[in-house]
Amino acid sequence: MVFRCAVHNMKLLTHNMLTSKCMKGVTVGYPLGIVAKDIKVSETEFNSEFVSRIIPKLDWNALWKAADSIGHSGDLPQQLMEDYENNEEFLKKVHHVLLEVEIINGELVCPESGRKFPISQGIPNMLLNEDEL
Amino acid sequence: MMNGLNWKRYLLWFANEHTHFRINEIESLRSLFGIQMKWVEKNHHEPFCIVDIPTEEDVLKIASRSVSLRSCIELWACGAKLGDLHNNLKLLPVEQLASYFKPELSFKIKVETFCKSQTQEEKVAKIESFSYLPLCGPVKLKNPDIKLELIEYYGLDSNNIPDEPYQVFFGRWVADGQRDLISKLSLKTRKFIGNTSMDPQLSLLMANQAKVKEGDLILDPFVGTGSLLVAAAQFGGYVLGTDIDYLMLHGKTRPTRIQQKKQREKDESVRTNMKQYGIENRYLDVLVADSSLPLWHSAMRLDAIITDPPYGIREATERIGSTKDYQIEEKHLANHIPSKIEYGLQQIFFDLLKLAVEHLKPQGRLVCWIPVVRNDYCESKLPSHPCLQLVANSEQQLTIFTSRRLLTYEKICEHETHLPPNVDLSTAEFRAKFFRYGEEVRKHRKQQKELAMNLSKATVTEKDKMYEDKSGRYRSS
Repeated sequence: MVFRCAVHNMKLLTHNMLTSKCMKGVTVGYPLGIVAKDIKVSETEFNSEFVSRIIPKLDWNALWKAADSIGHSGDLPQQLMEDYENNEEFLKKVHHVLLEVEIINGELVCPESGRKFPISQGIPNMLLNEDEL
Repeated sequence: MMNGLNWKRYLLWFANEHTHFRINEIESLRSLFGIQMKWVEKNHHEPFCIVDIPTEEDVLKIASRSVSLRSCIELWACGAKLGDLHNNLKLLPVEQLASYFKPELSFKIKVETFCKSQTQEEKVAKIESFSYLPLCGPVKLKNPDIKLELIEYYGLDSNNIPDEPYQVFFGRWVADGQRDLISKLSLKTRKFIGNTSMDPQLSLLMANQAKVKEGDLILDPFVGTGSLLVAAAQFGGYVLGTDIDYLMLHGKTRPTRIQQKKQREKDESVRTNMKQYGIENRYLDVLVADSSLPLWHSAMRLDAIITDPPYGIREATERIGSTKDYQIEEKHLANHIPSKIEYGLQQIFFDLLKLAVEHLKPQGRLVCWIPVVRNDYCESKLPSHPCLQLVANSEQQLTIFTSRRLLTYEKICEHETHLPPNVDLSTAEFRAKFFRYGEEVRKHRKQQKELAMNLSKATVTEKDKMYEDKSGRYRSS
């Protein structure tokens, strides 16, 4: 489903860095599951420097699984390839998954406790309740 | 005006504003671009500094980013008096400047006086005094190839302007700084602002302190309306923000603009601001989250953290929590709004430094404001951590007794990141002191005012008495 007028959207890059480890009883809280109700695919300017610098900081497996779970892994390889810095075609694919597939409404799910964090208008709400600390 | 290394000498002319920040800004840019530079005259209070730099390209790089810098001039001569300047200029070897004195190059000479006005005749006379220069190209007032400037500095005290300037400079204009960006990013025309949006000049200064460059990953853990992220994205950073205020991030808080009576427009958000300035592609995400809790994966590495934490004066300092122990019932869960408790400044800085130590890349920077009571201020009491080095510290005075300081920390080592930050107790006391001193100042002013009132009343009554006496109307027998 494509949603047009929303302003914010959560990106898979952000998801790749996010955990629920702040919860009482949760040790790793990573990677968070995604329940996507509305997804938007947009186009943003490609910056090869940013993408090639961000790749070593990513959990590749988590990225691929997240993209796959919402049906947008496309032809992104399941394993990170070597010498990606000079492979513009590959960097563009990563750019697309990291920055252009965006979740407008849905939920992030803690892998250990099952706690759901709502995403509304593209803004994830990671606040816990006072009894979950 | 070259030294032994064949470096060139430049005059840096700063805007006369936020004087405590400019040297630090230039130092950060120098470090960002890896430029070698020597300060010849480093003035903290006066708007002119002189530096030696290897190439003009380096100067252009600094000017391409600096917001404190008004303009930059290749310094040909200077002196305490105009006569000295002319003598020094005449001593310059001709071959050194020959490339600027060609018949095909148009030129203009401009006279600038700092803190004094002058008539057109005076200007023309001064321009003509340079007639010995072998300028042979045509004069062109608009966009000439060579722009020469004579700058006369009459000091900073506009109530006490001397007849003769303190210093005079002459040289070739090279570049202007980025003062235009300040009006481009003005809060007056920005779509989404809040009570505590940072003014664009200071935001840009912060991005420069953080050495933001193209493709950097930047986080603001107290993002608010995203004013710091606008500046960071302007310089090429990809930006992320978190804030505990759900309504703020969703653009649903009460509008800040007085004309905007009831509610904010539908599309007010951090992202719309980015869109307004054409930098939306550098916007990553904002999240509602509590900065007192760990949120990010341990492998996450940031190039910089830029933030203005809440001081508890104009905005509440809060985190999720409760003083009571209870469980929220299932039936209430869906609509429950978590309760918040006080998040003291000491704890805020503890958590902020911890975040920086855990997630900054090596040499990554944390740039943040800290409020201080001026009388109690002591640099050794600033928050610290063995992995973070304080590389810059600039003051902006807020009231007679308070100021805030812009701190720039650099991550200098990767081990000992497990150690806790040191945050002095005095950090926590800012809010209480702010209100206590404020109360004292108000009381003092009130007393002064009453005293003055009584005095004037007393004189009035005396006059009245005299009047009464003369008229004799109220005199009792």
